Amino acid sequence: MTTPRTIIQKLWDAHVVAEPSGAPALLFIDLHLVHEVTSPQAFAGLRARGLKVRRPDLTLGTCDHSTPTTPRELPIIDPIARAQVEQFEKNCTEFGIPHFGFQSERQGIVHVIGPENGVTQPGMTVVCGDSHTATHGAFGALAFGIGTSEVEMVLATQCLPQRKSKSFAVHVNGALKSGVTAKDIILALIARIGVGGGTGCVFEFTGSTIRALSMEERMTVCNMSIEGGARAGLVAPDDTTYEFLAGKPLAPKGADWDRAVARWRTLPTDGGAAYDKEISIDAAALEPMITFGTNPGQGIGISQPIPDPGGVADAVERETLRKALQYMGLEAGKPLLGQPINVVFIGSCTNSRMSDLRAAAEVLKGRKVNENVRVMVVPGSQPIKKQAEAEGLHEIFKAAGAEWREAGCSMCIAMNGDQLKPGEYSVSTSNRNFEGRQGKGGRTFLASPLTAAASALTGKVTDIRTILG
Amino acid sequence: MPEKIIAFESKTVLLPVDNIDTDQIIPARFLKTISKDGLGDQLFFDWRYEADGSPKADFVLNTEAAKGCAVLVAGDNFGCGSSREHAPWALTQFGFKAIISTSFADIFRNNSLKNGLLPIIVPKEAHEKLLGAPSTVKVDLEARTLTLEDGTSVEFPIDDFSRMCLLEGIDELGFILKHEEQIAAYEARRDSTLDTRALA
Repeated sequence: MTTPRTIIQKLWDAHVVAEPSGAPALLFIDLHLVHEVTSPQAFAGLRARGLKVRRPDLTLGTCDHSTPTTPRELPIIDPIARAQVEQFEKNCTEFGIPHFGFQSERQGIVHVIGPENGVTQPGMTVVCGDSHTATHGAFGALAFGIGTSEVEMVLATQCLPQRKSKSFAVHVNGALKSGVTAKDIILALIARIGVGGGTGCVFEFTGSTIRALSMEERMTVCNMSIEGGARAGLVAPDDTTYEFLAGKPLAPKGADWDRAVARWRTLPTDGGAAYDKEISIDAAALEPMITFGTNPGQGIGISQPIPDPGGVADAVERETLRKALQYMGLEAGKPLLGQPINVVFIGSCTNSRMSDLRAAAEVLKGRKVNENVRVMVVPGSQPIKKQAEAEGLHEIFKAAGAEWREAGCSMCIAMNGDQLKPGEYSVSTSNRNFEGRQGKGGRTFLASPLTAAASALTGKVTDIRTILG
Repeated sequence: MPEKIIAFESKTVLLPVDNIDTDQIIPARFLKTISKDGLGDQLFFDWRYEADGSPKADFVLNTEAAKGCAVLVAGDNFGCGSSREHAPWALTQFGFKAIISTSFADIFRNNSLKNGLLPIIVPKEAHEKLLGAPSTVKVDLEARTLTLEDGTSVEFPIDDFSRMCLLEGIDELGFILKHEEQIAAYEARRDSTLDTRALA
């Protein structure tokens, strides 16, 4: 009998190129995604050394971060952002990397386009100079964010020196109640373990709740693994995965497909395999989650009061919480429900896919957003935008008073001109509520598309369950 | 090529806040650059400067005492969030050679080690002592030790390979390139269904 292995171990074993003595293992990378922000210095490094991109066929580029979400016929107004996008397209062309440029009909957020095109597949190692690369783990891939030095290494060699992470099983069981979504599962996990709880680990999300999630919902869960400190998070592939991938533009076809599926079916964790860490979440007990502070671990059930720093024993921890509430302009012990807001942002690699847009549209249909609130809806990719328009969702958003924009990271990272003004509050479907993340001085409440849409209607932090009725 | 680190002595500067994320270390709006230059000026920008661009007098990095300090002591889980390598670039350009905390986010830690910035993990007791007041510490990478002002010494964890790279200024890409034969052999045995991405 061979020792039972987790999917994490199987992915590792299948990608070891070499194990040099006194050094980390060299791991082969099956898919390298590149974007405009974390790659220019890596391409400059290649040029300085006279190196080529080893496997342009395993590399795919798109621009998203500093890319405007205004109509595509308009130029990029910010000259620094424009220079970055232009440099990116020039780099990809020079090094022979397929890419979806600013004007491409397939352009979109890097973590949306991989799955959408079927390039993200089970059993792969996937890297990108972006911490939300964990999104691709939803397909049963080992997917993690890397820095620019590592981007250069992968471009040049298709390999990375890696140390094995610990395995951390997150068992989620039970049926989600009405108004509770995949976003609430991951926010609840992070609130429980903290933003450093998964440091040094890869999450494997398991259990009946995860099995019942669609691929898009699994992507939402895996996407925020990094917010729990884990560089990667994944879900073992199953029929839901294969149904999603079948027929995608760059997924295997014909006999190749059959062979690929047969290989994918060997990936799930063997019975009896041991994890380094485990935690269980009762999905049926969850309510919609929302963050109140300045890191994604500072989250509460939406009906709960804002925590009191006075109750925290550790001095630095207490000061950290006090500082967060001060920045957010919130009072301990008070409810967050009813807090007035200025902006609602529906988008980002966490929640900008068709199911997210459909969920928000369902809430906004035939209603008007509050007159004091700016509501931005930003699809994850141009194909998603096109699909949403085919379904008439854009008309629902526009009729409700929301903005319908072009694809990009937009107000998740506020690099492209889409940003909060100092002091403004947003309810955002993105992944980070760090100080200034959505614009200098801006204050972010992270929540699901349902909570965001409900709050858009009232202009206040609102429990979706009061609207669903 | 990263600068070699062997041993040095420095005063410390303290930032007793947990979970300092890379958006604080360098805000995203400065990531539109295509070079690595000038990032030290943008380090902790929104904590360092008022809206009108004047320095905040009470922020520790703006104080006279912080001048010339090469060691930053911060709260737990330093460097969480975004993978931006601009964070260690900004820290080293400002003059830091080491960051001390009880823990570091994985990606930040990896990025630091590739840029001659030493992430030093210390136990809670030593951390509390270090956060008590600015002090002078000695870092010895060869011995993997941090010596506090009171003479007590703690050993800090760092893997042999990262330590060797820092001590000898070895560049990891050069190291990987030496494995061409193994990489080619791996590519030859890899399943061809993984190679279906010839994008039109």
